[in-house]
Amino acid sequence: MQPIATKHNGQSGIAAHRLSQEQCQNNFTDKHPALGSHSAQVEAERCYYCFDAPCTEACPTGIDVPGFIRMISSHNPTGAANLILSENIMGGTCSRVCPVETLCEQSCVRNTDEDRPVTIGLLQRYATDDAISRGDSFFKRVSESGRTVGVVGAGPAGLACAHRLALLGHEVTVYEAREKPGGLNEYGLAAYKMTADFAQKEIEYITAVGGIKMQYGIKVGQDVTFEELRNNHDALFIGVGLAQANTLEIENGDCTGVENAVEYIEALRQSEDLSSLPIGQRVVVIGGGMTAIDIASQARLLGAEEVTIVYRRGQEQMKASLKEQEFAQTIGVQIRHWAQPKALKCEDNRLTGIVFSTTAEEEGGAGTEFELPADMVFKAIGQSFVSFESDGLIFNTEQGRLAVDDQRQTSIPGVWAGGDCIAGGDDLAVIAVQDGKIAAQSIHQFLTARHN
Amino acid sequence: MIDLTSDFIGIRSPNPFWLASAPPTDKAYNVNRAYEAGWGGVVWKTLGEDGAPIVNVSGPRYGALHGKDRNVIGFNNIELITDRPLKLNLEEITQVKKDWPDRGLVVSLMVPCNEEAWKAILLRVEDTGADGVELNFGCPHGMSERGMGAAVGQVPEYVQMVTEWCKTHSSLPVIVKLTPNISDIKQPARAAKQGGADAVSLINTINSVMSVDLETLSISPTIGGKGTHGGYCGPAVKPIALHMVSDIARDSECEGLPISAIGGVSNWRDAVDFIALGASNVQVCTAAMTHGFRIVDDMIDGMSRFLESKGMSSVDELIGRAVPTLTDWQYLNLNYVVKAEINQTLCTQCGRCHIACEDTSHQAISVSGNGQKRYEIKEEECVGCNLCFSVCPVEGCITMRELENEVDKRTGERVTGDYRNWTQHPNNPMRSE
Ligand SMILES: Cc1cc2nc3c(=O)[nH]c(=O)nc-3n(C[C@H](O)[C@H](O)[C@H](O)COP(=O)(O)OP(=O)(O)OC[C@H]3O[C@@H](n4cnc5c(N)ncnc54)[C@H](O)[C@@H]3O)c2cc1C
Ligand SMILES: Cc1cc2nc3c(=O)[nH]c(=O)nc-3n(C[C@H](O)[C@H](O)[C@H](O)COP(=O)(O)O)c2cc1C
Repeated sequence: MQPIATKHNGQSGIAAHRLSQEQCQNNFTDKHPALGSHSAQVEAERCYYCFDAPCTEACPTGIDVPGFIRMISSHNPTGAANLILSENIMGGTCSRVCPVETLCEQSCVRNTDEDRPVTIGLLQRYATDDAISRGDSFFKRVSESGRTVGVVGAGPAGLACAHRLALLGHEVTVYEAREKPGGLNEYGLAAYKMTADFAQKEIEYITAVGGIKMQYGIKVGQDVTFEELRNNHDALFIGVGLAQANTLEIENGDCTGVENAVEYIEALRQSEDLSSLPIGQRVVVIGGGMTAIDIASQARLLGAEEVTIVYRRGQEQMKASLKEQEFAQTIGVQIRHWAQPKALKCEDNRLTGIVFSTTAEEEGGAGTEFELPADMVFKAIGQSFVSFESDGLIFNTEQGRLAVDDQRQTSIPGVWAGGDCIAGGDDLAVIAVQDGKIAAQSIHQFLTARHN
Repeated sequence: MIDLTSDFIGIRSPNPFWLASAPPTDKAYNVNRAYEAGWGGVVWKTLGEDGAPIVNVSGPRYGALHGKDRNVIGFNNIELITDRPLKLNLEEITQVKKDWPDRGLVVSLMVPCNEEAWKAILLRVEDTGADGVELNFGCPHGMSERGMGAAVGQVPEYVQMVTEWCKTHSSLPVIVKLTPNISDIKQPARAAKQGGADAVSLINTINSVMSVDLETLSISPTIGGKGTHGGYCGPAVKPIALHMVSDIARDSECEGLPISAIGGVSNWRDAVDFIALGASNVQVCTAAMTHGFRIVDDMIDGMSRFLESKGMSSVDELIGRAVPTLTDWQYLNLNYVVKAEINQTLCTQCGRCHIACEDTSHQAISVSGNGQKRYEIKEEECVGCNLCFSVCPVEGCITMRELENEVDKRTGERVTGDYRNWTQHPNNPMRSE
């Protein structure tokens, strides 16, 4: 990894331009750069081509990992890309953002004999990057079925569902509240994982198959009612993700310097000049998931001098993988465990520090207080699902999210859902893709059974 | 995707990838699985005479030469022909052919060297509906001691004689499988053609001894303390097989004789090599035995994309494409000069090129600097031999540059681009001019 630019004589408080534009650009280059063809060959040779491979089982989308790696080693990366994308149309994004260390790579048998898995994620990226940038078309739509499906939300779940449905011959309309597609691929994932506008390039590749109409700036429940969509389509898929950031009930919660991590990342992902983003000198992040790690790391890369994550439980309970934690630590993020915020300290309505109290498992017991000086604090304590004003329709929910069966069908007939907005799975891009794929297959069955 | 359909001496198969006669094709169970996986055809494990079946050893049959990563590079076996009853094999063959009419099914045969024995088995095979027979004149161990296999294949007269018997007593296409344990492969190939063979297949396995156990100082693997030579195959034998296949492909006396290539085929690239050097299809044994039948996916996908990238629409267009580029040493252009070039940006200063050249070749790579080293080609010494290129671990770091209209610093002669081979060379006392 390239060393990152830092500066320690910066201004106190929240300020833009802590680093120059160029330093910022360098800090945000690809943090896990693509393999060259020689390294890909060498790495592919390491694959044992296991039978009933544990990596394939560990992949939520069931990619034939040994199969595609064998194709790479026989100099057929295009065939490899075809194999990957047939199971996971967002194989490009997943190769960049999947927590492979807890999925395919964790299960690699190489871990047992030499403590280093085959770098499946990087090999997947090697195979898919070229195919996507060339626009290799592996997929053809079957003849039009005359059925139409509405997809709500253009995140990974919605797009994967739309793509599969389009292949099966259906006419798909995607309704997206924002002006751009991609969901968290475009607005949430760490900028240093999704460089060079990859999210949009991948979506262009996906929609090039035809049969997918994109409608931006349409918020379902507001600009069009759910009932109208139901009347206009033969089936619906909901992939709206988690629209609302959880709030932290704390005194002074509205003083300057208190930020919502997801909103900040959204702005960061859309920024043309990263150095112009105002960032604190001393930043504290509250939370222990991917969002917490990502905002902490990116705050550091923007030039924050001190960044500390404080999590109320231990390292093992953190939802962000060990590798993600290590990455953050490598670039200078501190991680403290077993403490939760108690009060925000403000002067002239500007944040100056945070008082924490230790939680039960900490040695010495709960309740010990300490204070961290801070001019900026990010709340990264999760997001929640917001249901539609759905004209009297009541969806069954579990844990505040949509309840679905194993085919991803909701309690309302003709309506499927997947991705972060359903109960059950981990909130990961790869799982959203699989949900979309399964739902599409089930919708297809529903549409064809009804009309023959 | 390009249609890979193959027609080999009238035997049609959806692709040119067949399994060679060996354990993968020993019984219906395996062959059904192979077809399900997508293999275009199989050559059934060699059948012998009716009567008490063959007995195999119950100790290790296989030995392997491993790469550093435990990849099997070379593989050796002492297995004999099928040890299952003839009747059972024939019944299974009949059923399998019925169930898979679109795939190739050839039956390999090896019986004692008399006409009646061959006639008897051929008639029974014909009843199965199989597409053809392959005569196993290649097995180098066990069977050859009994006057069969390589013992026949090493004597061109026998090859011709048995082939003639088979053409007389069967209407099926006859493929003659050749042993590589012979000094000139063209001889048995010509004999097969003389005898009326429809095609030859090669290579069978090469005589080999795997290793010695350094603890016990006995041959390894051992069958209760003793071992014997076995047949060698797998990726290590591919260059030998390629030579033999291409030797037949460019032999004028063998012109028109179709070749089914065998020996170290592991992926589609290997298949391209063989087909470009004159084979019409390929057979696979070791790669399937070490990785399972699913490797055919990559072979089909890779071959199809390759043909497409070359603007070809069928495998047939590839057959023999590289044959004209093969010639005898005496016709190589002695005026063609290359010099090694080291790309200093890519060089990791490992020094392997230097020590190889310095110790064992032409002292043409200098080293300078202490700490950060620099390796440079001495063009006045470099003969363009390719050793440094071969040992350099960094792809693309060392390249061979062709001299064009410039003075070769080693010989002091200008490279003009004129062609001059050994038959025309002044140093050759027998030169033609
Ligand atoms: C900061 C952060 C970092 C992450 N990092 C990773 C990572 O490294 N690896 C990983 O695998 N996962 C990561 N995730 C999780 C991953 O991004 C999500 O699991 C995934 O995006 C979920 O996909 P989705 O399609 O369900 O929802 P989303 O990606 O959230 O997409 C939902 C879409 O629906 C639209 N929408 C919402 N409501 C409506 C409506 N009413 N009408 C119309 N459109 C609507 C939204 O605008 C959005 O485009 C991260 C998440 C966050 C927040
Ligand atoms: C275990 C084993 C058994 C074999 N048995 C036969 C056989 O019965 N008949 C035959 O013609 N060839 C036999 N062969 C040779 C193969 O068909 C093939 O010619 C050889 O292995 C080279 O191909 P490969 O490098 O793909 O393995 C056998 C090979 C092996 C490894």
